Amino acid sequence: MSLVDPLGIYGLWLRDVKRFLRTPSQIIGSLAFPLMFLVFLGFGLSGAAIPGLPEGVDYLQYLVPGIIGFTMLFGASFAGLAILSDQDVGFLKEILVAPVSRTSIVLGRIAGGSTTAIVQAVLILLISIPLGFEFAGWLSLPLTAVFLVLIAITFVGLGIALASQFSDSEGFSLIVQFLIFPLLFLSGALFPIEGFPEPVQYLALINPLTYGVDGLRAALVGASTYPLIVDFGALVISSVVMVSLGAYLFERVEAV
Amino acid sequence: MDAIAIDGLTKEFGAVTAVDNLSFSVEQGELFGLLGPNGAGKSTLINMLVTLLQPSEGAARINGHDITEEQGKVRDSLGIVFQEPAVDEELTGAENLAFHARLYGKRKTERDERIPEVLELVDLVDEADMPVKNYSGGMQRRLEIGRGLMHEPEVLFLDEPTSGLDARTRRDTWEYIQRLNEEVGMTIVITTHFMDEADFLCERVAIMDQGTVVAVDSPENLTASLGGDIVTLSLGGTPKELFDRLDDQPWVREYTVTDTDVAITLENGDTRVADLVRLADEVGVVITSVDLHTPSLEDVFLSLTGSTMAEREATTTDEESSERDPSNGERTSDDHFEAAEVTE
Repeated sequence: MSLVDPLGIYGLWLRDVKRFLRTPSQIIGSLAFPLMFLVFLGFGLSGAAIPGLPEGVDYLQYLVPGIIGFTMLFGASFAGLAILSDQDVGFLKEILVAPVSRTSIVLGRIAGGSTTAIVQAVLILLISIPLGFEFAGWLSLPLTAVFLVLIAITFVGLGIALASQFSDSEGFSLIVQFLIFPLLFLSGALFPIEGFPEPVQYLALINPLTYGVDGLRAALVGASTYPLIVDFGALVISSVVMVSLGAYLFERVEAV
Repeated sequence: MDAIAIDGLTKEFGAVTAVDNLSFSVEQGELFGLLGPNGAGKSTLINMLVTLLQPSEGAARINGHDITEEQGKVRDSLGIVFQEPAVDEELTGAENLAFHARLYGKRKTERDERIPEVLELVDLVDEADMPVKNYSGGMQRRLEIGRGLMHEPEVLFLDEPTSGLDARTRRDTWEYIQRLNEEVGMTIVITTHFMDEADFLCERVAIMDQGTVVAVDSPENLTASLGGDIVTLSLGGTPKELFDRLDDQPWVREYTVTDTDVAITLENGDTRVADLVRLADEVGVVITSVDLHTPSLEDVFLSLTGSTMAEREATTTDEESSERDPSNGERTSDDHFEAAEVTE
């Protein structure tokens, strides 16, 4: 049993992608929330004087990268949920009894979950264009892709790490709901964090989504709070940490 | 080399010993049964053998590979069909098989060859490209058996392969299992709490009770070991006088008392029924019914453990909810026998 088994990882990835494409309700359901935020906040606050907005950037431009980050969070939480629903129906045992290392299983899950989360983020990006979003140029797309991948790996890894601590999907869903919104509001995705008291701002600094959204903003809009290399470095670190944590915790999941 | 060699295998969950110091072996090509009531430890044993659970003590080898030291090799050489359905309902039958094959390291050329073979074997060629959610219970079960065979394992475990299936599908599943064993020569281990299933399918059975194996032999030898016939008398109570009289009769080989019944093993049961009725009459005991039959595995279980399988299941579930005197427990054996009769 090799630690990294490409064929096994591919098999797990392919299954996630097929399931995603076959359940349109899941695609629509996962897009509905971010889309509402985009439309209601984007139009509701257009032209409003929001403290801390970068010079010459209007609110919709500021918001779209944040909503894309939000979509990624949402998509990633579904990946954690997928593990638990496999457990609910007994399918997880079928995976665990195969001659595939736990690390490979986690990597396959992350590959699948990241792919579906990125597809959802791209859909949101496409929808935002007719709503008035203008991205900086075609050259910004490869950089955007890099950040999407890093955000996906970070949060799908977190989802798997969390899911491994629960035995049923209900408890997990509850915790995820309590986690998604603080992560979102404390990332500068919807509004700049400068308005928060200083201790709260420190919390934002340990939130990987802060760097994810900032990096996306640098790529798509050309305005960012931190240097690009800081965003990139922080996300690489958080990806490695989350994948290792997910693999470590999943290794200890009792199969029966 | 034995297909499975178990040596002192033990599994404890906290204070509960689910599997207690088991030792036995299964030969290559054998169709072997683990028979016992729910809660006897059959599934725990299987889960240890397929590397899903770590044993607390003891060791076991599958095709010579140690279940704790060589998990990868053990997993490669076995296939398992779990008790609960474990297929991806969104995928088609063929896709489920392909998914499984990838996890077992089968490349595309091997998959293209093996998947149609397996579909043929489990009779699902026409349904191959249908989503599994549209399959019937029997079809799903067949797909799972097929999936267990995908990587051509040397040992196939089937955990309660026919629970939840209707009588006809059950029969069909038995035939598949038998064919596999005979035509492919694969070692097959099934767990079951159905006596008739063990009797019909298995060359040898291990009878399990409360985490231990109480006997390992062929169903024929096990039933023959009881000797003679079984007469079961249903009584108005459990009168001691009658049992004292039974003790005195040289033709009574043994008897086991349960709830309101007494099962008596004796030679030439048909000629002794009248004697038994007379005995009961003498001590003033009312007999509500008399049943005479040749011994079954159910009788073997009763003789070895002192209770019927149904009583064991009733008491295991009782222990979980509340303490209840087993002798006052409701008889649930009726549905048990019913299940056994369906296929007679």
